[in-house]
Amino acid sequence: MNLAIFGQNLLAGVAIGGVYAMVALGIVLIYKATNVVNFAQGEFSMLGAFGLVTLTQAMHINYYVAIPLVLVIMAAFGLLFELGVYFPLRNRTFLPVIIATIGASIMFQNGALAVFGAAPQKVAPMVQGTATGGFTAGGVFFDYHYLVILAVTAVLMGFQYFFFEHTLLGKKMQATSQDKDMARLLGIPVASMIAITFIYSSLLGGLSGMLVAPIFFVTHRMGGTLGMKAFAASIIGGFGDVRGAIIGALSLGIIEALGAAFISPVYKDAYGFLIVILFLLVRPQGIFGEKVAEKA
Amino acid sequence: MQAKKGIPYKYFGLLLGAIAVGILPLLFDTRYATNLLILAAASGVSALGLTVLLGYTGQISMAQATFYGIGAYAVALGTTRYHTNWWVALAVGIMAAAMFGTFLGMATLKVGGRYLAMITIGTQIIFSLIMLNWIKFSGGPDGISGIKRPPFFFQVTTAHDYSWVALGLLFIVGAFVWWLRNTPLGRSMVAVRENELAAEAMGVNTVRTKVVAFVISAMLGAIGGAIYAAGFAYISPDTFSYDMSIQTLAATLLGGSDAVVGTVLGAGALTFLPELLRDFNSIYLVMYGFIIIVVIVFMPNGLWGFVDLAAKRLVKRPTMAKAETELQVGGQGQMGEELLVVTGLGKHFGGLKALDGVDFVVRRGELHALIGPNGSGKSTSINVISGIYVPTFGGVRFKGKEIGGKRPSKIAQGGMARTFQNLRLFRELTVWENVLIGSQKKGGSAAEVDDRARGAIEFVGMSGKAFERCKNLPYGHQKLVEIARQLAGEPELLLLDEPAAGLNQTEKQEMVHLLKRLHNAGLTMLLVEHDMSMVAQLSNTMTVLNFGKKISEGNPDHVLSDPAVVEAYLGNREVALNA
Repeated sequence: MNLAIFGQNLLAGVAIGGVYAMVALGIVLIYKATNVVNFAQGEFSMLGAFGLVTLTQAMHINYYVAIPLVLVIMAAFGLLFELGVYFPLRNRTFLPVIIATIGASIMFQNGALAVFGAAPQKVAPMVQGTATGGFTAGGVFFDYHYLVILAVTAVLMGFQYFFFEHTLLGKKMQATSQDKDMARLLGIPVASMIAITFIYSSLLGGLSGMLVAPIFFVTHRMGGTLGMKAFAASIIGGFGDVRGAIIGALSLGIIEALGAAFISPVYKDAYGFLIVILFLLVRPQGIFGEKVAEKA
Repeated sequence: MQAKKGIPYKYFGLLLGAIAVGILPLLFDTRYATNLLILAAASGVSALGLTVLLGYTGQISMAQATFYGIGAYAVALGTTRYHTNWWVALAVGIMAAAMFGTFLGMATLKVGGRYLAMITIGTQIIFSLIMLNWIKFSGGPDGISGIKRPPFFFQVTTAHDYSWVALGLLFIVGAFVWWLRNTPLGRSMVAVRENELAAEAMGVNTVRTKVVAFVISAMLGAIGGAIYAAGFAYISPDTFSYDMSIQTLAATLLGGSDAVVGTVLGAGALTFLPELLRDFNSIYLVMYGFIIIVVIVFMPNGLWGFVDLAAKRLVKRPTMAKAETELQVGGQGQMGEELLVVTGLGKHFGGLKALDGVDFVVRRGELHALIGPNGSGKSTSINVISGIYVPTFGGVRFKGKEIGGKRPSKIAQGGMARTFQNLRLFRELTVWENVLIGSQKKGGSAAEVDDRARGAIEFVGMSGKAFERCKNLPYGHQKLVEIARQLAGEPELLLLDEPAAGLNQTEKQEMVHLLKRLHNAGLTMLLVEHDMSMVAQLSNTMTVLNFGKKISEGNPDHVLSDPAVVEAYLGNREVALNA
């Protein structure tokens, strides 16, 4: 095995894993707040990517202005999503909500197909104006964009830790996710906390979409793929566990990249699921998950 | 139940279906319309698979197109490459789908429903990848052509003749799925959908039920795919995609996921509608997504739900017949023998010692009360004894057999029953069906199961409301149903978790009266209760817990004057004052 090729794929895997981690975090946060799996989380990324394409290419807005604009749009979108898909079903069991999010994901995917067409679109990387777009060290080419992804992932993780552990809003959101009735009794506006969770998850989705856009082509199908990978990552890590989602996502990115390079690129999308099935058979609670019995 | 009235109505539906099978191909006789009809029949069969899985059992699969594809490829490869009989190829396809479904179901369903949704999406993606890339086997993107039609009483050659076969198969599958609903298996599935924990505690092996439902849905998907392949004589992998899984799901939901007729009509509508709305071709999947959300939010029972509701208003509610044999509660055995023996039982949740080495014995015929302040471990005891929690240490022997850590359904089948403090009724079902599910754990013929259910409903005095939906009953009645459905299984030991909680004084007295009657009928009971006056009225033996340990035991007079008990309930203020 050539060490440089190995290193190159490892880098690519970690970078993609970082993107998966952002999507997975969105899923886990919504799951913790509402006990519901959002099957449209991947679509948030897709819409973020298409937002960037539209603003920069069709409306000729400066790339670095477009990014915060897309984030603003995504925040609004997250709120609308919560009001349209989750809120009417909040008092029902998890199954109707899951089905509704699946319905939403089909709507967004095919809506994007109808509006933007099936042709894949290309987006410029985040670091522009260099000749090669990266540097070489030890035979491994370090793409600046990959480094940007890694940096953003790291900063986000830090921010998230700080937010949930050291701010009042973060504590209120934690309380909401742990026990809604108790939180309500303590005067925490539970409905708003859940809305904020959706907004934040939508932001994470949009950001991950914009980060992955320059690596992959932007298509209406990219959200489905990203969403599935993020689910896989969440299961590997232990569903509902933040650390688990991040570690699961990074491992999945690396496994995929190495699998594609050294086994077969055609089945790249399959490796993650094979590992997930393996996990379900051997350790269904994931790496960090704890088995919790339902209270009678 | 009301057999004389029910049968003509039921057969009327079957007759209408049979007539539709005969007539539809005559109405749709152009090549184009015939093709749509065949497609609708194939989708209908596949969607009926989801009726079993989603409608009855409440589990969601996004891989119905995979199983459809397995059936289609089995028939395609069987008839073109291996030259087998069409029906043999179909059988191979169904077997393959069943085996794959068993594997996936066993891997995912023991951990919970939402995993099935994720894993089936992944499965669907992998299936598409394999069929597209494994060219040697599947023909790759070019697909397979020249697929044969099935030999029937006559060799079916034209598409028009075949449409009768396709509809006929749809009819048979529809009749099967409709029949399934009122079998013990079908009722177990609905019980799982309504409340998984209660189903398990009532003797339904929920994991097995879910896996069986998934396997049935996989097999029906394969049959649908086979109908499709033979109808169009050509298949390619892009047909069996995620989009198709979505369409099948939308069809099932739109029609009404737990109604056979609704599902078939939904599949028909979603086959013909896109053709009628050709101008909107680019956005019809957007519409599907939208339909799914609207149906889920505004009409959870689908379009057929409205028909069903109207029909229920028109048809007068039947009255329940009288039970023929008296309900047997308590079982056979020597009165006073040790029925339940708890030794050194512990249950820790992390650092919390909810139970920490508790011993007590419940003898046959006793009404044994388990009391103690909040958080003393009473409910935990019941949850460990009934198998919902696995004990951390110690033993639970029931009828001489160790049961600690066994599945709740296994324990329930052994003759134990329990009620839940915060009612866990199957809310959407009628009183009758709730009790029937409780009755079927004891087995016997359908008539015996029905008769026990009648006996139990009579025992608690709910005969007049037997066909009401539980969610429409007042709380006090719901509590009675909770007990009736346990009695119908003719248990030897009944665990009651605060049966009087939330009842008013009159209802409480009625509950006391009911429990006394059960006691006199010979039923052994372990009662967890807060209301001391009630406990004192009822029980002759008490065990008192505090902080997960036993602090006192004996008859009410002894226990209630025990200083340790007084201290546990009132605190040691007086002791402190006297000191």
